[in-house]
Amino acid sequence: MSRTFKPKVVTANALIEGDVVYLTADDRWTRTHAEAELITTEERAAIRLSFGEAQDGIVVGVYLADAIASENGPQPIHFREEFRAVGPSNYNHGKQAEQANV
Amino acid sequence: MYKYNDFDSAFVASRNAQFRSQVERRVDGSLTEDEFKPLRLMNGLYLQLHAYMLRVAIPYGTLNGARMRKLAEIADRWDKGYGHFTTRQNIQYNWPILSDVPDMLDALAEVEMHAIQTSGNTIRNVTSDHFAGAAADEIEDPRPVAELLRQWSTDHPEFQFLPRKFKIAVTGSPNDRAVTKAHDIGLRMVRNDAGEPGFEVIVGGGLGRTPMVGKVLTPFLPKADLLPYCEAIVSVYNLLGRRDNKYKARIKITVHENGLDKIRELVEARFKTLRAEFAGNDQKLLAEIEEHFAAPAYKSAPADAYQAYYDADPVFRSWADTNLDAHKNDDYAIVTVSIKAHGQTPGDASSDQMRVMADLAEQYGHDELRISHQQNVILPHVHKSDLPAVHEALKAVGLATANLGLISDIIACPGMDYCALATARSIPVAQQIAIRFDELKLEHDIGELQIKISGCINACGHHHVGHIGILGLDRAGVENYQITLGGDATETAAIGERAGPGFAYDEIVPAIERLVLGYLDLRNDAEETFIEAYQRLGAEPFKAVLYPDDRKRNAA
Ligand code: SF4
Repeated sequence: MSRTFKPKVVTANALIEGDVVYLTADDRWTRTHAEAELITTEERAAIRLSFGEAQDGIVVGVYLADAIASENGPQPIHFREEFRAVGPSNYNHGKQAEQANV
Repeated sequence: MYKYNDFDSAFVASRNAQFRSQVERRVDGSLTEDEFKPLRLMNGLYLQLHAYMLRVAIPYGTLNGARMRKLAEIADRWDKGYGHFTTRQNIQYNWPILSDVPDMLDALAEVEMHAIQTSGNTIRNVTSDHFAGAAADEIEDPRPVAELLRQWSTDHPEFQFLPRKFKIAVTGSPNDRAVTKAHDIGLRMVRNDAGEPGFEVIVGGGLGRTPMVGKVLTPFLPKADLLPYCEAIVSVYNLLGRRDNKYKARIKITVHENGLDKIRELVEARFKTLRAEFAGNDQKLLAEIEEHFAAPAYKSAPADAYQAYYDADPVFRSWADTNLDAHKNDDYAIVTVSIKAHGQTPGDASSDQMRVMADLAEQYGHDELRISHQQNVILPHVHKSDLPAVHEALKAVGLATANLGLISDIIACPGMDYCALATARSIPVAQQIAIRFDELKLEHDIGELQIKISGCINACGHHHVGHIGILGLDRAGVENYQITLGGDATETAAIGERAGPGFAYDEIVPAIERLVLGYLDLRNDAEETFIEAYQRLGAEPFKAVLYPDDRKRNAA
């Protein structure tokens, strides 16, 4: 593992709904941050990023975001990624609403 | 209100059909995102943080009941039952699904609306005074000129790939309610010594990364010269503007780097050629457009009921004192409907609220509505005898907040709750400030005060020209809010001055509270507004209340 590599997830927006999605270890796009593959090496990050970018017919705007491991799976670090993982703070819309219904 | 002619309708229909097939080809994989993105942006479709966002143009902020009702229907059918009115008098839908957008655009076309040129390096929706056609201080209704500019700029072949986006604002009053000095071109109607109306032409204003107050290119342009003169400005900019650096591409930098005199010289030269080429056709078109903007047939009815109601009902009185403005017809008033109920998102109206405003416009307002850059909705022509009924109807749907121009009438951009470019949130800061001062019951005592909040340096929330500006930044992965003081959005436009170090998310509302309570101690009397006190005293005493610990340190 590289010396100071910060763990990451591959994230994007779904082409049709625009909803935030994350790449899983088994090559699916999940809507739930905690189900994402937590990538721990630079080499793996490059491979997974280009895998994601190649899926231009399903997702848009693929990039790597810092994340951290937790008991419940990877969690976002930066507040921007926290908002993306949950939804806006002024209404119960987006992921927070959908996930409450599950 | 302007009615589409056959040409306008056919143009919008063909653009919508093109976009429908582009979306189909994107969905079936024939188009890549790189190919599709410029196409969707040409039609106002952005990809934001959680979803797509469709930005619909409301030309110079003017709507009628049918259009407002259609906006409500679109919100219900294809979005989450609300829309967000922006500082450029547009409406944004925050949750459309890509495959629904062609239907949304067709629905808009039914009421002669569209989303064309609400993005990209083109001339954007021309904005105007939201009291246009009604204001007591107006020289002429600026909307015919705004419509002329809209027709000229829409799909203008020379101006589809400008160095950067281009924003024009026009006002028919010497009192500037359209922030003309913060636009690429600002047009402020004035009279010359002979009493003829014309325009003060302002160029190179803009907020964002490098805020600049626009400079006067010519103090008086005869009305008849307006269109060739504007085309001359844009065409000079099109050639001279910097395409090598996105941050230096706006006309404000072109003017700054080349100097106003050189720009003026080039514009004048180009103008001579263009005016000859236009050969007066622009004036013929303007005359046709003007017919669409005839003043409403004002009714004459006694207005006494208004006074009786005003004297009897304190809630109505408070609303009337803050939310009404002088109309050019003494029996009428301009009603501003506050879309800033304490704790709500500034500029967000539910579909039910939109329908009530549409009904009120049709029943009591000569079928006219306006959106202000301050994110409120205006019923520009209401007979005074109808005001109590209008107030009652607004109250029933939470639209009767009496806070126009007060501390909770905050401009806030979507910020990091929606915007992909944001560096921090704006909306919850606005919500909390409004709630806090409502709890303190100080709002009316504080009086006129404009707070404007942006969620990043792009300054869509106009923070630079707020009496108090708040800019949300990302400081090492944490939201941080910078305060600016002393901005001015009127004809005496000024860029606010940074007060000092920023505040964390949980410190910003207490900081604003300190600042405003400090102002109450500093002002001469209840008549002296925040901005007047600031202009009299300068920044220092305000900084001292904002940063009390500094003062202690310095004194030690
Ligand atoms: S100011 Fe920044 S955060 Fe706010 S809407 Fe504009 S680009 Fe987005």
